[in-house]
Amino acid sequence: MRILLVEDDAEVARFVRKGLQEAGHTVEHATNGRDGLFLAASEQFDMLVLDRMLPGGVDGVRLVETLRSQGNRTPVLFLSALSAVDERVKGLKAGGDDYLTKPFAFAELLARVEALGRRPSVDAPATKLRVADLELDLLSRTVTRAGKRIDVQPREFRLLEHLMRHAGQVVTRTMLLEKVWDYHFDPQTNVIDVHVSRLRQKLDKGFDRPLIHTVRNAGYMIRAEP
Amino acid sequence: MFASAAIALVAVLWWATAGALDRQTDAAIRADALALAERWREAGATGLAEAIEERLAVDVENESIYLLMEAEGTRRLAGNLDRWPGTTPAEGNWFRTRVLHDGIAAEARLYRVELPGLRLLVGRDESEREQLRRLLTEGVLWASGAVVLFALLGAWLLRHALQARMSLVFATTAAIAGGDLGARVALSGRGDEFDRLAQTLNAMLDRIGTLMEGVRGVSDAIAHDLRTPIARARAKLEDALSDAPDEAALRAAVEQGIADLDGISRIFQALLRIAEAEAGARRAAFAPFDLVPVLADAAEIYEVAAEAREQTLATDLPERLELVGDRDLLLQAVANLLDNAIKFTPAGGVVRLGARRVPEGVEISVADDGPGLSPDDRSHAGERFFRADKARATPGSGLGLSLVQAVAHLHAGDLRLEDAKPDEPDGRVGLRAVILLPAP
Repeated sequence: MRILLVEDDAEVARFVRKGLQEAGHTVEHATNGRDGLFLAASEQFDMLVLDRMLPGGVDGVRLVETLRSQGNRTPVLFLSALSAVDERVKGLKAGGDDYLTKPFAFAELLARVEALGRRPSVDAPATKLRVADLELDLLSRTVTRAGKRIDVQPREFRLLEHLMRHAGQVVTRTMLLEKVWDYHFDPQTNVIDVHVSRLRQKLDKGFDRPLIHTVRNAGYMIRAEP
Repeated sequence: MFASAAIALVAVLWWATAGALDRQTDAAIRADALALAERWREAGATGLAEAIEERLAVDVENESIYLLMEAEGTRRLAGNLDRWPGTTPAEGNWFRTRVLHDGIAAEARLYRVELPGLRLLVGRDESEREQLRRLLTEGVLWASGAVVLFALLGAWLLRHALQARMSLVFATTAAIAGGDLGARVALSGRGDEFDRLAQTLNAMLDRIGTLMEGVRGVSDAIAHDLRTPIARARAKLEDALSDAPDEAALRAAVEQGIADLDGISRIFQALLRIAEAEAGARRAAFAPFDLVPVLADAAEIYEVAAEAREQTLATDLPERLELVGDRDLLLQAVANLLDNAIKFTPAGGVVRLGARRVPEGVEISVADDGPGLSPDDRSHAGERFFRADKARATPGSGLGLSLVQAVAHLHAGDLRLEDAKPDEPDGRVGLRAVILLPAP
């Protein structure tokens, strides 16, 4: 993906840029809102990663508002040191697609960037999701593996659906909490891991090849190849 | 203001009385003159003279003035004036002049009537009316003076009283501006507007005080309690840098360092949430919602954690519980309670999450089978970073209950801690944490 990073802190910018490049993305970098807006409006990007507070008179929220008013729909991920809920709401209301609070683990940022950049297209809603021999039917809400029906609870179904929609991508624990449970809170313990491992047991029981993989220091990924 | 209104009233009164007197005199003179003219038409000059003499005879107050003379010449036919007044104006029938009648010099209001071959003057002595008018004027002036005096005195007294009552407020606000946030306005106990103003001011100051304490609490906590983990992480990294035998050990130390920093970030985040909740800053995020699905979600999220420790999580929830509040924060509060309960309950134990409507509002309770809290520990449980001695071995930041308490307070509710099973013989009384939220 071609990603525009607008971040005034040189150290954070270097770290994010290096990581994204290592993950195979092209990164353009602007250090203030004005340059960022100019680049975002004049060139084609797949994704914008914006600091919420920027020097140069144009902050992240203004930048997105301006882009959206021009009809630019490029996905936007906010990075911010402002963690209060209304700050988050403000960022999303202005047209941001996701919001990540500093400090963050790079794996979290990468997972969110890739999830946003490859969002499923809205115009062709799939009725079935497939990963290897695992099939999830969105209409009948059933899960089968190699033709064999697997009983899952409604929440497990949603968890699996989210993983399968992002097959081949890392999904972090926080992303699961936000997207599958729709809460912004700190669960204190590894409850999400327990949920995933229960689902994993159901899916992999009786099969040699595991489908849900743990990505160290990041989260989970469902993929066909081991 | 009051004085000018009073003076205006007196002026109107004065014009009304004095004016009425004048009009009355004029009306009497005109009626008299008309009657005399009629008499002349009936009985001629002789009859008219007789009528005048008759009137003068019955006029005991010596007020009436008459003079009948030939039109040309100076012969007096009747009346009590010796001669025609010298200052008769050329134009108009009405005039006022000084005359001598019955040996008295007096101010008179006169009306001139021209009859064929005769001239007639009808009038009234106005000395008495003048006197009356003077008296009236004097009265009015005195009254006005008194009004102005009383108005000034009243204004001064009122101002003085206001100043006396307001001086308490001034003194307090000045003290606060000077930095003493503990100052409060003293109440007079009269329950009047000033007391209400003082109460409102005091409530405002209490609120500011709470906010300030929240800020101070956070900075205290940051200063005292974040330093320790930061120092620990720093020491570990420094140690690894100088003493790590190989690259693997260095890598492990760096990873540990990142994990420590993440832990610090989480404590920091929790502190900010507590502060936000305590300061009431998150009330902007309040919205009406049904608490039951939120509690069911919390139970669902933690059920697996309980099962992993061979515990059971039982729920007792009603159909609906409508509430106005912050959904994420309430979930966080319940999550903290469930997390605590699961941590302190032994294998095979039961954690119960319940909610119900009570007369005071809504009650959310989390009960466990753990060792419970001593009454002394209970009173400290809401403090930041407090950890009961029994809990030192269990992982945790000591911020969980403090956030629960802050969230309860944010919703104008309270957190109550009690024994879940006070009669348990083996001492495992368990802890029952109750969040009591008032009904909206």
